Amino acid sequence: MSLDLPLIWVTLIAVAVMLYVLLDGFDLGIGILFPFARSDEDRDTMMAAIAPVWDGNETWLVLGGGGLLAAFPAAYAVVMPAFYLPIMLMLMALILRGVAFEFRLHGRKRGKPFWTAAFAGGSFLAAIAQGLVLGGFIQGVTVRNGAFAGGPFDWLSPYSILTAAGVVAGYALLGAGWLVWKSEGELHGDGLRWARRALVAVAALLGAVSLATLIVHPQIAARWGLGHPGVDIARLAVHLPIPLLGLAGLALAGWGVWKGSHRLPFAGGAVVFLSGYLGLAVSFFPYVVPYALTFRQAANVDSALSLMLIGIVILLPAILGYTVWVYWLFRGKAPAGGGYH
Amino acid sequence: MDFDALLLSRLQFAFTIAFHIIFPAFTIGLASYLAVLEGLWLYTRREVFKTLYLFWLKVFALSFGMGVVSGVVMSYEFGTNWSAFSVKAAPIMGPLLAFEVLAAFFLEASFLGVMLFGWKKVGPKLHFAATCLVAFGTLTSAFWIISANSWMQHPAGYMVLADGRLAASDWMAAIFSPSFPNRLAHMVLAAYLTTSLVVGGASAWILLKDPTQPESKMALRMAIGMFAIVAPLQLVVGDLSGKQVEQLQPAKLAAIEAFWETRPAQPFHAVAWPDRKIEANRWELSIPGLGSWITTGRTDAVVKGLKDFPKADRPPVFLVFWAFRVMVGLGVAMIGLGAWGVVLMFRGGPERSRLYLRATTLMGPAGFVAVISGWIVAEVGRQPWVIYGIMRTADGVSPVKVGAVSASLLAFMLVYAVVFSVGGLYILRLFAAGPALAGLQEPAPGLARAPGSALSAAPDEGELEADPREGDA
Repeated sequence: MSLDLPLIWVTLIAVAVMLYVLLDGFDLGIGILFPFARSDEDRDTMMAAIAPVWDGNETWLVLGGGGLLAAFPAAYAVVMPAFYLPIMLMLMALILRGVAFEFRLHGRKRGKPFWTAAFAGGSFLAAIAQGLVLGGFIQGVTVRNGAFAGGPFDWLSPYSILTAAGVVAGYALLGAGWLVWKSEGELHGDGLRWARRALVAVAALLGAVSLATLIVHPQIAARWGLGHPGVDIARLAVHLPIPLLGLAGLALAGWGVWKGSHRLPFAGGAVVFLSGYLGLAVSFFPYVVPYALTFRQAANVDSALSLMLIGIVILLPAILGYTVWVYWLFRGKAPAGGGYH
Repeated sequence: MDFDALLLSRLQFAFTIAFHIIFPAFTIGLASYLAVLEGLWLYTRREVFKTLYLFWLKVFALSFGMGVVSGVVMSYEFGTNWSAFSVKAAPIMGPLLAFEVLAAFFLEASFLGVMLFGWKKVGPKLHFAATCLVAFGTLTSAFWIISANSWMQHPAGYMVLADGRLAASDWMAAIFSPSFPNRLAHMVLAAYLTTSLVVGGASAWILLKDPTQPESKMALRMAIGMFAIVAPLQLVVGDLSGKQVEQLQPAKLAAIEAFWETRPAQPFHAVAWPDRKIEANRWELSIPGLGSWITTGRTDAVVKGLKDFPKADRPPVFLVFWAFRVMVGLGVAMIGLGAWGVVLMFRGGPERSRLYLRATTLMGPAGFVAVISGWIVAEVGRQPWVIYGIMRTADGVSPVKVGAVSASLLAFMLVYAVVFSVGGLYILRLFAAGPALAGLQEPAPGLARAPGSALSAAPDEGELEADPREGDA
């Protein structure tokens, strides 16, 4: 029996990135919502809702980057230089966001407001940067002889600015949903209000991005059965469950917000992200660098992929196991003001 | 090839990794120290260990956070700035780095949350287990990253594919490349020494103000024990590493010792001014024959000089020579500090000698200086190679433009200047307060308020009235 190693690995990396987006998505969302909180005490509570888990969540990003290097080095070597500036922006934003968790507790009269701003600004800029990378990625990357051959600002376009706005709104929805789940009282109410607004923004931006994608990128439109000369009903029907899933997510989140549910707004937001992610996957497969490199072309040698597969078969269940355990341990409402019971 | 983008990429990598390495060097040792403290507390039930644990946990939380964020940068820089290297080396380097993420980073990150916020949520034994897992994670991380680095220093177990990439022919040989065991031992001992110097320095600083402070007295004794055992051991391991460099990377060894001519009975240059232009030392203070003996164990042995290597293959000499001397000089001072401390322990206690307390305080940051010096010796000393003997650093760079790299390098300098100086300030503030005053009292069981923030919040006179939540921290 021989395993299709590149296929296994493209699935694993896709799942790792999806987990990152969902998990750090709500962390970054909390940061994006930081400026709207009523008081510093509310901000302490908001931070306490993610403080025990954010570091583990961010590790999925390291796995996404490290895993891409390890499994699809040719893609890694093209994507990273192509998105040099937004990736550097993301890294520096994540530095400010990450140290703020501890620094905010140590800051005094000037320090605390500074690190509060750094947390909010870092989260916002990291989301923007990720959205710009996403937009640039969908636009495609100039590759010659296996290396990036474009300019430093190729990723910047009205389209990528639109996707960046979409990512910010999406993370805000996840953050608000998480806050609704983890908070009580007035802050819980604020969370619901933020979730409602974010939901409207997400619905609008998701629609706009989807439409823009079909218009700007005929290759993707064709993939979905919407290309020239006409609509390919059979093709569209196969893909239709994905946008329907997105609509279901929006409806679920909307229903949850309307009913004041504690968990549904987050669950709905997660479903929206899942559908968007699946939509991208369907649009690009088998490309890992759109229109330039397929996952088979970019795959590492079998000896590397098989060794890592042995490692991941042993380690991934353990990672998922203790991650779930840590979430279970810190289940329930976050303590007001940041103390832990 | 854009020469300036190459130079800036090298500067940026050197800058970001030099800042990054400070934190793992400290947290590897500190995580183990915390495990020892918590274990001692559970075993003896003496409050002094718990207070020390809670105090150093606050320092750990700050340092670990800075290590994480500066580390994420590294995993992306391989691609943003060194994509050609990444493509060539990924079949071997990729799995080693991936194993570091899978086996270490997730473990550390997940159980750090339990360490910091789970004090009242899990039992003492489970909390101790979390501390041990974090400590184990830091060591696992060191294992894989030093394995990857050692393979770059002396590639083994590989074959060259038709397209020029390097793939593993023997994974065990690649993971355990020849210099790996020595270098891992050297790095872990360096981390333990660095931490014990910081612990000793912070404790001595408190004892200068209050010579009776019980936790600081205990911590200083523990630190002296570490100096006395680890510092001499490090000299032995370092010497083994050095002798191996003579075998595996003779050009690096020649730069370390500023040997220009290949000859038997090399003199040892205690100090010198090596100059690449004139291919000699402008001046030197030397001991005849000792150079050969230090590097090979025999005074008459022939040791290669730099002139044996083409000019294009020679590492920068001045920097490597002096970085090595700073590292070894500090190492010798650490051995002295340990011996002196042990003597004082038998003469009524080290806290009674103000001179010793001052010296120990002064030596507090010595570990960091030694680690960075050692890193310069290892990484500058192997230039011009990024994969030793196979790929030159100049051939590993990404197709990025000079403007983009200048922008990112400037931004890194700015962000790091703010983040790491403020982080350092917060740690120094904790040291100044000391374990007695750092606001560690955990609330009695049943109190609504629990240690999540008690472990991390800084009490501040100015805020006590304004913010009652800070007050009981």
